[in-house]
Amino acid sequence: MTAPDRAPLRRHRRNRVLLQVACVAVTAFMAVPLYLITLAAVSSRASLNAFPLSFLPTNLSLETLTAFLSSTGVVPSFGNSLIVGLWTLVLSLLIGVPAAYGLARTAFAGKEPYQLFLLFTRALPIVVLSVPLAQLFLTTGLYDTTYAVILLHTALSLPTTILICASVFLAVPVDVEEAARVFGCTQAQAFRQVVAPMALPGIAAAAIFTFVQSWNEVLAASILTLNRRTLPAQVLSSLGDSPLAYRFAGGFALVVPALLFIALMRRYLTNMWGSTIR
Amino acid sequence: MAAPTLDRDTEAPARRTRRARKGPSGLLLIAPSLVFMALLFGWPMVQGVLLAFRGDQGFTLEFAQRMVTDANFWPAVRNTLLLIVVLIPVQFAFAIAMALLLRAKPRLANVYFFVWAIPLAVSDLAAGLVWLAVLTDRGYLNSLLVSLGLPPVAWLAFDNWTSLFLAVLIAELWRATSLVLVIVVAGLQGIPRDYEEAAAVFGASPWQRLWRVILPLLRPSLQVALILRTILAFQTFAVARALTGENFPVLVGETYRWYVTLQDPGVAAALALVVLVLSMVTSVIYLRTLRSEDAR
Repeated sequence: MTAPDRAPLRRHRRNRVLLQVACVAVTAFMAVPLYLITLAAVSSRASLNAFPLSFLPTNLSLETLTAFLSSTGVVPSFGNSLIVGLWTLVLSLLIGVPAAYGLARTAFAGKEPYQLFLLFTRALPIVVLSVPLAQLFLTTGLYDTTYAVILLHTALSLPTTILICASVFLAVPVDVEEAARVFGCTQAQAFRQVVAPMALPGIAAAAIFTFVQSWNEVLAASILTLNRRTLPAQVLSSLGDSPLAYRFAGGFALVVPALLFIALMRRYLTNMWGSTIR
Repeated sequence: MAAPTLDRDTEAPARRTRRARKGPSGLLLIAPSLVFMALLFGWPMVQGVLLAFRGDQGFTLEFAQRMVTDANFWPAVRNTLLLIVVLIPVQFAFAIAMALLLRAKPRLANVYFFVWAIPLAVSDLAAGLVWLAVLTDRGYLNSLLVSLGLPPVAWLAFDNWTSLFLAVLIAELWRATSLVLVIVVAGLQGIPRDYEEAAAVFGASPWQRLWRVILPLLRPSLQVALILRTILAFQTFAVARALTGENFPVLVGETYRWYVTLQDPGVAAALALVVLVLSMVTSVIYLRTLRSEDAR
């Protein structure tokens, strides 16, 4: 009797090993830069000036971060970013959730054109709106206020908010809503007591996503403001005349919310990007 | 026999009218969003065109002319287009490869997906600063080279166009591939494994399975990702600025420069329209070619 052929098994094992190697390589490409910016942000001035730089956290210090935070305009810009992000979130939910519900649940004349309109606005470059709006806000006195940025960020995130929320509502079975109606709820009651609780996690995900979009947006915020800058606008405007340590700390401050966001949203990512934008 | 059908026929319209009477109509629900977006999209668009083409004595090409004759304009057009032409194919190949790795269900797949998705929420400015830490003269890459006994390289030297281009390219690849990845992963979830297995049973090699089974089924997702990514790539700006200052001009960066540094809103508006027209034309071309392939 011949020994059983072990070649397929060996090939399978080799493929699994290669798979892991490839995955680890991609992970390194994605994670190492994040590690390095974190390392740079928590290193002391002296160790950042050394060359070659140390790749291990040997000289930890909050010096670089505190220097960044105490530079002119940084702390207020944190506040502005927070205000702009939160108001953008509130406004786009206030306007977007009803629209999403209408899109998901009701039939109305012009639904197709409306959906096309949403797609079109998603594709509009931010820069096209920023320059004329800045001129417009200059004449109306809204220039260099957080309101101007809030309005523009809301407009930018609204199409995405509507599409994500609509897909959230579509995922709530019509049956439960109809059951509530059968038992005597009005449509508003059915929405409040049955649909809203079921849709809440998805809408929360959309809300956090809106906040991050606003937190990250740099061009419109820089063009629309002069003194009341958001954090990215502040960092961008001082790029030219700031030391490297400041820029590294700024980069780190901008990256941290992203880490938190993805950690929170991991389960929703494919749903949000996959099913909604088609 | 006839009674139930009759019942249903009379019941349906009644139910529909009742529902319409009790709840707000769809139009009412979408009206606020429509008004808001018309004001904040429509109005600025009109204003933008006026800003770019209206001078003191009516219609003028003065701004357009000033834009085209600027020394940075054509390099900015070239850089933006070249970045798209090189970046998008590399990015899609990379993202599809990553998605297929995840589909092979490696151990720790959830951890991998989490790490690979992080740049999705990283802003372009932050990505530029992250790669600045790596690529700057006394940065981490040169530190690595020196500790390996190799000479350091001035990656971001202002006069070395190729390495500036590569720096922006790699930062954009790092930052924006996760968007394509997430869309492709979502698309792959909708493709049953049976199809691949069936193809394998009939003797298709992995390569054939990819090109003949997976990619065709993935086309709708790829189409969305392609349009979205290309339009976003036209807006590349903060990455280039963080990494290269103004040594690698791109179109949106030029708009920023004309508006903020040179305080010339007319030219800035004209440049913005160039970006708009380029994005629109590209989207239309994509939709046309991808649809005509569908028809074939």
